[in-house]
Amino acid sequence: MEQVSADDLLAWIREFARLVAENRDALTELDAAIGDGDHGANMHRGTTAVLAAVDGAAPAAPGALVKKVGTTLVSTVGGASGPLYGTFFLRLGTALGDAATASPADVAAALRAGVEGVVARGRAEAGDKTMVDALLPAVTACEEALAAGRTWAEALAAAAEAAAAGRDATTPMVARKGRASYLGERSAGHPDPGATSAALLLAAAAGTLAGGSR
Amino acid sequence: MKKLINDPADVVPEALAGIEAAHPDLRVDHANKVVYRADAPRSGKVGLVSGGGSGHEPMHGGFVGLGMLDAACAGEVFTSPVPDQVLAATRLVDGGAGVLHVVKNYTGDVMNFEMAAELAEAETGARVVSVVTDDDVAVQDSTWTAGRRGVGVTVLLEKIAGAAAEQGRSLDEVADVARRVNAGGRSMGLALTSCTVPAVGHPTFELGEGEMELGVGIHGEPGRERVPLAPARDIAAMLVEPVLSDLPFDRGDRVLCFLNGLGGTPLIELYVLYNEVHRILTGSGLDVARSLVGSYMTSLDMAGTSVTLLRVDDELLSLWDAPVRTPALRWGV
Repeated sequence: MEQVSADDLLAWIREFARLVAENRDALTELDAAIGDGDHGANMHRGTTAVLAAVDGAAPAAPGALVKKVGTTLVSTVGGASGPLYGTFFLRLGTALGDAATASPADVAAALRAGVEGVVARGRAEAGDKTMVDALLPAVTACEEALAAGRTWAEALAAAAEAAAAGRDATTPMVARKGRASYLGERSAGHPDPGATSAALLLAAAAGTLAGGSR
Repeated sequence: MKKLINDPADVVPEALAGIEAAHPDLRVDHANKVVYRADAPRSGKVGLVSGGGSGHEPMHGGFVGLGMLDAACAGEVFTSPVPDQVLAATRLVDGGAGVLHVVKNYTGDVMNFEMAAELAEAETGARVVSVVTDDDVAVQDSTWTAGRRGVGVTVLLEKIAGAAAEQGRSLDEVADVARRVNAGGRSMGLALTSCTVPAVGHPTFELGEGEMELGVGIHGEPGRERVPLAPARDIAAMLVEPVLSDLPFDRGDRVLCFLNGLGGTPLIELYVLYNEVHRILTGSGLDVARSLVGSYMTSLDMAGTSVTLLRVDDELLSLWDAPVRTPALRWGV
């Protein structure tokens, strides 16, 4: 049975950091349209700090590794994204516990716990035009694919696809949370920056987390 | 961009170093960007911690001192401080009687302070209570937004709750006073120009020579509407009327009137406007028991103003009048 190791998770984190760096200016432009224009810079500062924190000193257990990612993001990102992404990884780490490896079902359950943490921290619901609109459908798609007996790689691909669709679905939405909400109707017509970076997180997972089964 | 700075990247740490050099009563934790009272922690006294994005000076670092805040956390310009900073500040001022966090209602600020409070309680056992300010009446549809923004009332709350803490009241009592201030205060702001964030280098938004932004936020967020430039007497009415009708304030109410400058408006203009505001308030049958006029909660170099009215009673007035010794507010000592 395939298992997800700390190395797989580390590859995921590195790929996410690479995608954030690559999309830094695009995220900032999206945020300038409906927020305060610092999402790209804040996320890039955070993922850069994460790379520095895990470089050569990455914890050996999956749970400890993602917890370190979470605490680093909380300490460096600021704004709303810091607590939200930080909470996601901290809850993920708590759910993975101390085990040396995790099964795909364990990781799917941990992703669910992470998303629930984000929902609780941000008090956002589906349809509020936030990162929740990308994360929730992604986790659901992952769970459903595993329940239907599909492979771990297929489940991750389904999650990434659902996150991208969820990101696209935020475009016509009117924001009800965060600084974009003060724009009211004027927030419609732009994808949400948080949902966009969350889709990058799932895209990174699809390319890396099933590493052990390749 | 013309600014009295060295490097845009160093504005926040260099300003903190300046505060420390100018005010021997204060200390700065440079690693955590926290300004705190040199005599902290005070045993048995409730600690007051606030903070937020930089660019609103003198808020919050200029309100640290006897009778007001014990510590203030400085975030990047217009960006909330992170939980580590708030946790460090909470540890610095916890004298065993608990710590009150004063938080302005912005999504990032609320979440970062919330995480810090959880960490403080888990790691140090300190009891933390948070009070969130949300007095900006420019945000009308608070159900479908992140809620009303915390603006001018924050300054009044920090003074009044700070006095209550200085008297040795318990954490719950200080928090009650703070909540009463937020519940009884309302504000409305107006911009004549945009501000320029040092790291950005150009104005946040464009405002024509003949235009004003009514209901603007303190980070240059859009307001209720863009209106033609008007004389001070008309501006006073545009600001005061939505405030009066919101609480609502009634004839005979005693109020504290806080006329705030947003950073780029000279005091002489604030007094021209205060004259008009005072006339409207007394004409509406309000008793203006106290006033505060000056630039205390700014938006960098934005020209503009905000009006805050706070309904007061004998207790709140006596706390307002109590001694305070901070860089920005100083009386009775």
